[in-house]
Amino acid sequence: MPFIPHTEEDVREMLATIGAPDIEALFDEIPTALRCGKLKKLPQAMSEMEVAGLMSARANQDGQPVCFMGAGAYDHHIPAAVWQLASRGEFYTAYTPYQAEASQGTLQVLYEFQSMMAALTGMDVSNASLYDGATALAEAVLMAVRANRKSKSRRILIPRSLHPAYRRVVQTMVGNQNIELVELPFDTAGGHTDPATLAVFDGQDIAALVIPQPNYFGVLEEVDALTDWAHANKALAIAVVNPVALAVLNPPGEWGEQGADICCGEGQPLGAPLSSGGPYFGFMCCTQALVRQMPGRIVGGTRDLEGKVGYTLTLQAREQHIRRSKATSNICTNQGLMATAATIHMALLGSDGLERVAIACHANTQSLTQKLASIAGVEPLFNRPVFHEQVLRLPISADGVLDQLSAMDVLGGLDLSRDYPELGDAILVCATEKRTEPEMDDFQQKLQMILTC
Amino acid sequence: MLIYQQSRTGRRAAAQAPLQKAELSGIPEAFRRKQRADLPEVSEMQAVRHYTRLSQQNFSIDTQFYPLGSCTMKYNPRGCNSLAMLPNLLARHPEAPADHSQGFMACIYELQEMLKEVTGMQAVSLSPAAGAQGEFAGVAMIRAYHDARGDDARTEILVPDAAHGTNPASAVMCGYKVREIPSGADGDVDVEALRKVVGPQTAGIMLTNPSTLGVFDRKIEEIAKLVHEAGGLLYYDGANLNAILGKVRPGDMGFDVIHVNLHKTFSTPHGGGGPGAGPVGVSKRLQPYLPVPMVAHDGERYHWLTEVDCPESIGRLSTFAGNAGVLLRAYIYARMLGGEGMERVAEYSTLNANYMMKRLTDAGFEAAYPDRRATHEFILTLQKQAKQLGVNTMDFAKRLLDYGYHAPTTYFPLLVPECLLIEPTETETREELDGFIDALCSIKQEAEEHPEQVKSAPHNLPVKRLDDVRAARELDLAWKPDNFN
Ligand SMILES: Cc1ncc(COP(=O)(O)O)c(C=O)c1O
Repeated sequence: MPFIPHTEEDVREMLATIGAPDIEALFDEIPTALRCGKLKKLPQAMSEMEVAGLMSARANQDGQPVCFMGAGAYDHHIPAAVWQLASRGEFYTAYTPYQAEASQGTLQVLYEFQSMMAALTGMDVSNASLYDGATALAEAVLMAVRANRKSKSRRILIPRSLHPAYRRVVQTMVGNQNIELVELPFDTAGGHTDPATLAVFDGQDIAALVIPQPNYFGVLEEVDALTDWAHANKALAIAVVNPVALAVLNPPGEWGEQGADICCGEGQPLGAPLSSGGPYFGFMCCTQALVRQMPGRIVGGTRDLEGKVGYTLTLQAREQHIRRSKATSNICTNQGLMATAATIHMALLGSDGLERVAIACHANTQSLTQKLASIAGVEPLFNRPVFHEQVLRLPISADGVLDQLSAMDVLGGLDLSRDYPELGDAILVCATEKRTEPEMDDFQQKLQMILTC
Repeated sequence: MLIYQQSRTGRRAAAQAPLQKAELSGIPEAFRRKQRADLPEVSEMQAVRHYTRLSQQNFSIDTQFYPLGSCTMKYNPRGCNSLAMLPNLLARHPEAPADHSQGFMACIYELQEMLKEVTGMQAVSLSPAAGAQGEFAGVAMIRAYHDARGDDARTEILVPDAAHGTNPASAVMCGYKVREIPSGADGDVDVEALRKVVGPQTAGIMLTNPSTLGVFDRKIEEIAKLVHEAGGLLYYDGANLNAILGKVRPGDMGFDVIHVNLHKTFSTPHGGGGPGAGPVGVSKRLQPYLPVPMVAHDGERYHWLTEVDCPESIGRLSTFAGNAGVLLRAYIYARMLGGEGMERVAEYSTLNANYMMKRLTDAGFEAAYPDRRATHEFILTLQKQAKQLGVNTMDFAKRLLDYGYHAPTTYFPLLVPECLLIEPTETETREELDGFIDALCSIKQEAEEHPEQVKSAPHNLPVKRLDDVRAARELDLAWKPDNFN
């Protein structure tokens, strides 16, 4: 029997111990009227070999087109050691570290993770992960509403330049709690949120301002001015950042006069494969003053009976298993293994390696932009500085172009008309450090061919 | 020792990052980082040794019996891992067009269909990232349903006192008030108490059956009828689905919406805290509200269903399509088991639990519900030991670690004092169960003869018992170069 070790003799003896005639008798408390009979619509069992054949066929069917797509998920190189270590059974098959003394491996890794994330973001503290970037932002919004004692409103300002899926997820997750999400327009020339547009909210009661860096278009926002505006208006500043970008960009802890209050984002660029969108992990960091409002697991250092250093889950009085309906969040299972991989990833790269990755991605995207913009009718849409992602205007409708590219095994970027019809025929492209000069030339030639015929 | 303490300025794992370092151009100074982030600087070998050694300080299914009640710590087949990590599957961008996604989408679609069959529900969305997010989605759908009917007087969600903490927390995130209902002395929901609180203000009830008390609620039909007649809906917390797979289906019990923890019943690994996946299934009337995206099949091709196709959906729960890699592992597991294999899951997990309960009660342990059948798990209460010997459940749990067994769930559910919730799962051998039973018996004897030995446990682990109070009082959440570590 697959994955069940019992012999006939085992079953016989165990039933005798229980005093039951057969296994079926163990279900005698279930009302017979409810019993379901055989699960007829399920397929027959397959051996590992047969499933391997099936999965290989399916994976081959999808191929591996060359990826110039970013839009929230980035095709970075992951050092071989990352997943060889993270896949060790001792990490892979452990539960949440409830028994601290038997989970020092996971706990210390998470403590190191928190330390690295705090260092990268310039914030005081980090939690041990949330589901993904979008849910981390939703949690940050809920946290800001709880934590901002100077504000009585439940109004949050969210720029339209923020990832559209993040805006949707936030709406789904906070929509039932009377929180009002107010959209901020972006500047059509720069693709950024012009701090001057915030003047209409001067002096109003706002709980928090969301500040993406870079924003969905890859464009750099005026984070210092935005953060200072938030604080001048008694709102909290919530940063949404790409962790790889932070190797070269000013971290949220340093934004404006006081720094951001909460910082969150998508952890995927730190060691998680693209993998169809998940599992990734959300991260969240904040100032020391807000730590008791944080959602999710937090690991702390402590001592054992003999004074030796050890690690344990802490501040659990915030969490659902203790506080139930008054918890800071309902989250229980998080994305621990992805945080483990990210920790190993960051340890291997160090800040120099991460900086090399960030610069290489940025340089590749600049180079790609130049190549593509040499084609008539193709040009960058925005005139402000970007990080490792670029919006390009096309002379014709984007979806047809992208379909043709896809048929030639090139994922040529994301069609923006779905979420930003006001931008016309525009695509969002990204070239990470993995893209080579020949791949970029090939993309350019194929695009040229499509546009000229 | 922390990785930071092995760091030396200028040391690098050089082959892991781009060899050439270009100049950063096009980014004005004002946007740039002034000071490097303080990340460790180590060689590849140092990192490999460090994290290998840390892994060895964990208990895990691969190394130990891990009978953590409510968590279904069964064996995670290696094939599920390696096949979900085929290069093309790992490389697939979440926004890849449908012509580069038919293979992946076929797996997702078939998993949706299989979950419909095992749960008896009408439609399934795989997007929730874990059980708690499935609960959130489920309760949000209940709310969307009442709202769509203009039925806005329903402000309460009923939750039994035995429920997991995520249940009330999820209900609150959907804007509901939570009202607790007591369990009766036999472990079933107290129907008379329920009758008193159910009414026009009831939006729904959240139940898990078998409950977290390790018993199957025999009055489930009556409960369903009561709540439905009052206009409320029934939510099924699928954390305990392992116990009833192929025996009874939540849809047939009258539930309107459910979540399934694939990281329990479908054997995806727990990764030291996650990731999981918490697909939701619904009855016909809730189908319009399912979270997006989902995969549909038009007879020829697979395509995504999004907000555009499902305008009444409660919306999106993650940036992309949830924890796809976890879904693939569950799919592969389900294909290896097939229909018959799923029924065996319930049978052998229940056999293991009843065997352990019988042997342990024969050995003098007190079961919380001695007159009931165990489901896939059961509860012992160590009240007697705590009162008479001053050795409590946590002491027993820590001592078990010395014997090489992960402790069962302790102090949950909250209503049973000094409890151990024990869930062996179907993948454990009888020898392993016997070893654990012997260990508990010998700890009981130690508690009687040398209580200090149990109260000061663990003795054989990398650290002795840790000071939780200090951890919360003198917060140390991140390494700093000058702190005492
Ligand atoms: C009974 C019960 N309900 C809900 C959950 C929550 O599931 P998750 O941790 O996947 O969010 C759990 C497990 O932790 C559980 O045991």
